[in-house]
Amino acid sequence: MDRRQFVIGSTATAAGALAAPAILRAATEITFYYPIAVGGPITKIIDGYVADFEKENPGISVKPIYAGTYQETIVKALTAHKSGNPPVTAVLLSTDMFSLIDEEAIVAFDEFAQSEADKNWIKSFFPAFMENSQTGGKTWGIPFQRSTIVLYWNKEVFKAAGLDPEKAPATWAEELAFAEKLTQRDGSGNTMQWGMQIPSSGFPYWLFQALTTQNDVILMSQAGDRTFFDKPAVAEALQRWVDLGRKSKVMAPGVIEWGTTPKDFFERKTAMMWTTTGNLTNVRSNAKFPFGVAMLPAGKRRGTPTGGGNFYIFNKTARAQQEAALKFAQWMTSPVRAAQWGIDTGYVAVRPDAWDTPQMKDYVAGFPAAAVARDQLQYAVAELSTHDNQRVTKALNDGLQAALTGSKNPDQAMKDAQSEAERVLKAYR
Amino acid sequence: MTRRGIDAVHGWLLLLPAMALLALFTHWPALATFLDSFWSTPRPRRPALFVGLGNYKSMLADAVFWQSVVNNLWFALGTIPLSIALALLMALWVNDRIAGRAAVRMAYFTPTVLPMIAVANIWLFFYTPQYGLLDQVLSLFGARAHNWLGTPETALVCVIAVTIWKEAGFFMIFYLAALQQISPVLGEAAALEGASRLTFFRRVQFPLLMPTTLFVLVNAVINAFRTVDHIIVMTRGGPDNATTLLLYYVYEVGFKYWDSTYAAALTMVLLALLATAALTQYLVLERRIHYR
Repeated sequence: MDRRQFVIGSTATAAGALAAPAILRAATEITFYYPIAVGGPITKIIDGYVADFEKENPGISVKPIYAGTYQETIVKALTAHKSGNPPVTAVLLSTDMFSLIDEEAIVAFDEFAQSEADKNWIKSFFPAFMENSQTGGKTWGIPFQRSTIVLYWNKEVFKAAGLDPEKAPATWAEELAFAEKLTQRDGSGNTMQWGMQIPSSGFPYWLFQALTTQNDVILMSQAGDRTFFDKPAVAEALQRWVDLGRKSKVMAPGVIEWGTTPKDFFERKTAMMWTTTGNLTNVRSNAKFPFGVAMLPAGKRRGTPTGGGNFYIFNKTARAQQEAALKFAQWMTSPVRAAQWGIDTGYVAVRPDAWDTPQMKDYVAGFPAAAVARDQLQYAVAELSTHDNQRVTKALNDGLQAALTGSKNPDQAMKDAQSEAERVLKAYR
Repeated sequence: MTRRGIDAVHGWLLLLPAMALLALFTHWPALATFLDSFWSTPRPRRPALFVGLGNYKSMLADAVFWQSVVNNLWFALGTIPLSIALALLMALWVNDRIAGRAAVRMAYFTPTVLPMIAVANIWLFFYTPQYGLLDQVLSLFGARAHNWLGTPETALVCVIAVTIWKEAGFFMIFYLAALQQISPVLGEAAALEGASRLTFFRRVQFPLLMPTTLFVLVNAVINAFRTVDHIIVMTRGGPDNATTLLLYYVYEVGFKYWDSTYAAALTMVLLALLATAALTQYLVLERRIHYR
């Protein structure tokens, strides 16, 4: 789930226009907003899926619209919704669920996924991914491109530092001890290589949630109307993050850019990095050294938030279109397709049976790192998501950056974030 | 109808297309924004309520708003004088007969031609800690690596530097055009009188350039409150709002929080600031300017 803020020109392709005119007259057309969030030829893959789907379902034509980043896509989708002409379906961040519900922009899947097969389909996904897709007993989103945070390490510099290159740190203490050995300074105290790197620009809350989960504390209620930023265990987790840069000096101090973190890793400026599984294909093709992928180390427990995008079906569209969109979502998340999508992009295949398909088994046998994210799912929690999500998230982000740059102490920073979140969320209880 | 009446109708008809467009796309949105700012944002289950000055009151208590205002003032103070001075200096230089004049002019103008998004991405690399261009050059002098965009103390300065680099070339073009309008006779006369180059600039060129300076100044002020593309690419307002400018905050409130009426109230503040700046410039400076 690489939410780099690059503006990518949208190229709407009219795949459906090629179908025979006789079919077109009867076809249900569905518009499909899709955000470009990771590198690589994603649009081509999606175009290919759409063409295959249309071949198998001649009554439906799908019109994909590549709308830019996640942020740009939700802006376009909500603006279109407000003007009364929403897309039929879209892939948007799973965390935008409450905002979309509050705007009455989406419909729950249960409304028309009534058959036994439909109900089983909703139950077929990893439970960790459904935490951000269900609320109030209803299913509002279907997991499609989902990710978790993992640790990447450079085996070459591990060896040079006298560490076992095949062993990743399994606990916080080990992580710190390894990072201390891996940090290299020259004679004048200038750091040549940092031990580790946890990026903190843009959406630091996501990486922070891994630290809080490992410290065995939850940030928000399932109903999305309460946050717990001021719990002592939260400030403790933040203290650990701050200390890595300021006290132990094994990580660059200040705010670390998300976008350049993989590059820092390729340039051997950091020996370990935390980033999304969505970067797996990127690292595999660009790292000039043997690297490893591991679950994040455990504090009181292991833990990571999930991330990434879900399928949503929009309100104010025709019932026939919604049913066609349901069919499309079911087709896109079938075991074979989910496996293929994971292999093509590095996202975690969203359902257990996708991992039993022959193509996925072959892939994992040749590249075991691909299975790390799946194995970590048992420790995963829902990504921070509340009503008025972006405002609450912003309050937490500001607090985190204030602590990381040293302008507030972790305790104060989290108390301030909590009081802002409280002010925003009061209206929703 | 009298002749005069027909003329009047004729005149108004000629004005109509432009007026209709202006009213539709400038005046009506501004007025609607103003009216919206007194209401609460409508949600599906909560229709808009008249809140009077409520939005403005919550603005007074909004720490991020105040920080964005202060940041924007520093941003304006940092970018406007420096980019204008630099533009003037460059224009004077490339106005002379120097070798490779066309190439130098083009080099100065290049930043203006590049899209801001591309520029910001290039500079993102310059500012990257350790292996970025800036740190590599500084390390030759033994300086330590610095996290330029990740430290609140330096982030805004870095953003200001990009803006100056981008804008100076644009303003240079106006100065260059104005310099070439100045009659060479004046230069010859000054030379005969034995005036030094500095005196010639101070007493002849600079006063004659004042109309251009006013124009450039108005533009620079508007740009200081209007350009946020590089913020979106480089810092997203961070770290901890250190680079949040007023317009970026309006965007966040409007299109991330979907609080459209609070965004409307913020927009009114921005409009008021710009209107005051433009009026002051025209009313105060205009009197001191010598138009030929």
